[in-house]
Amino acid sequence: MKYAGLLVMPAGFFLCVAALVLFPAPASRTAFVFCGLAVEALGLVVAVRGHIEPRGDAN
Amino acid sequence: MNSPLSPVVSEAAFAVTLVLLILAPLAIAGVALINAGLGRSRSAAQALLGNVAIFAVAAIVFVLVGATFTGLSDGPSHLFHLAGKSWNWLGEGSFFLAGFSTASPQSQLALLYEFLAVALAALIPWGSGADRLRLAAGCAVAAVLAALVFPLFAHWVWAGGWLAQLGTNFGLGSGFLDPGGAATVHVLGGLSAVAVVWVTGSRRGKFPKEGFSTAMPGHNAAYILFGCLIALVGWLAFNLAGQLLWLHAPLTALPLTAINTVLAASGALAATFTVTRIRFGKPDASLCANGWLAGLVASSASAALVSPLPALFIGIVAGVITPLLVELLELAVSIDDPSGAISAHAVSGLWGLAAAGIFAGASGQFLAQLIGIAALLGLILPLVYLLFWLLNRAVPFRVDADGERIGMDLHELGGGAYPEFVIHRDESYR
Repeated sequence: MKYAGLLVMPAGFFLCVAALVLFPAPASRTAFVFCGLAVEALGLVVAVRGHIEPRGDAN
Repeated sequence: MNSPLSPVVSEAAFAVTLVLLILAPLAIAGVALINAGLGRSRSAAQALLGNVAIFAVAAIVFVLVGATFTGLSDGPSHLFHLAGKSWNWLGEGSFFLAGFSTASPQSQLALLYEFLAVALAALIPWGSGADRLRLAAGCAVAAVLAALVFPLFAHWVWAGGWLAQLGTNFGLGSGFLDPGGAATVHVLGGLSAVAVVWVTGSRRGKFPKEGFSTAMPGHNAAYILFGCLIALVGWLAFNLAGQLLWLHAPLTALPLTAINTVLAASGALAATFTVTRIRFGKPDASLCANGWLAGLVASSASAALVSPLPALFIGIVAGVITPLLVELLELAVSIDDPSGAISAHAVSGLWGLAAAGIFAGASGQFLAQLIGIAALLGLILPLVYLLFWLLNRAVPFRVDADGERIGMDLHELGGGAYPEFVIHRDESYR
């Protein structure tokens, strides 16, 4: 899961870049950028959850 | 290839910027003291030596390799073309700073700024790996950051890269703005801290099988709080020099930026003091230090762009977020970050960047800041994680269990920071 989350995050970034290229209108461009950030946030949550160590591990 | 021209710098501005940059290493000294104070006493010498060694490694590697990829705003760079626009993604400077003495005054100062900024960025993950990150690994992390990651992002923001050109290419305000290094130094360093903590793991006994996580308080509050005061001078230097270099502001704009920087830090400290007073019954010294630092980090993004009231507000929000997030990261997601760098540098830096877009007032500026934030989270975090994961195979990050038990000082240096003190058995082991 931790690697899946980290792979999703660049996808969110490319959505933001796509918004710049595809949508000249400010409203739709902003909405698309927020969607990209939401995808990044989702990936970050998955990555963070995947990295939670089992308690009691001595490492 | 692309060779934009940089603005001409007056002699007075050159002199002021140079003096400011000579003071900038005080920010590094402050962060080094905070890093050392927030670790344990049996790792204090290793922590401080690590700070100095990381500074040295970052400086050498940046000159040998990193400055080439950072490039200069009036120098050549690599471009690709997409949707009718030029995307400037990598600098194309000469290796080993060849030709530096004949570069324009603006370019020389810009490289000096980046040279010092990279050392500060490389120190941030070292604090998060305190008490278990090996010295060699800390230096290797600094080398990777100085050779690849910092130059890439610094080029995008400070050397005419695609983020800086969001204004001219897509009409987004003045492009992504980061006059004091909130993104390029602090968020980058904070995200590297996340990757270091994930790759290295937590300190032994930090998260026992039952009950709450074990409190492992910093060993020297005097180091921590004195580091805060030292850091203020360095932060003022970085913020003011950045305003002259990256925003081409007149000298008369500097006093307001200085006031905004102090206001943000003060507001953040007051907020953290209040939050910890309410939360724990008494103010917490190390969290207050993190709050102060968070205010300074947020000011790096915004102090040069906003008026005093928003600067105070930005600092207060950073000061509220930081102690709550430090607690949340430790208790809810088992992140062992002794220096609190993830909250104070990464999250406060992101808040400062967004707030700069909100309060700067220019049309499209907020969206430009969001694109920069998206690049940091969506590209830089996965990139540093991948690099550190690979690096961990070659240079193991984590010290062995015995080394952690006797302390990093004895294990790695053969002697402690406080040889006359009796080292106690670690009470926190369960």
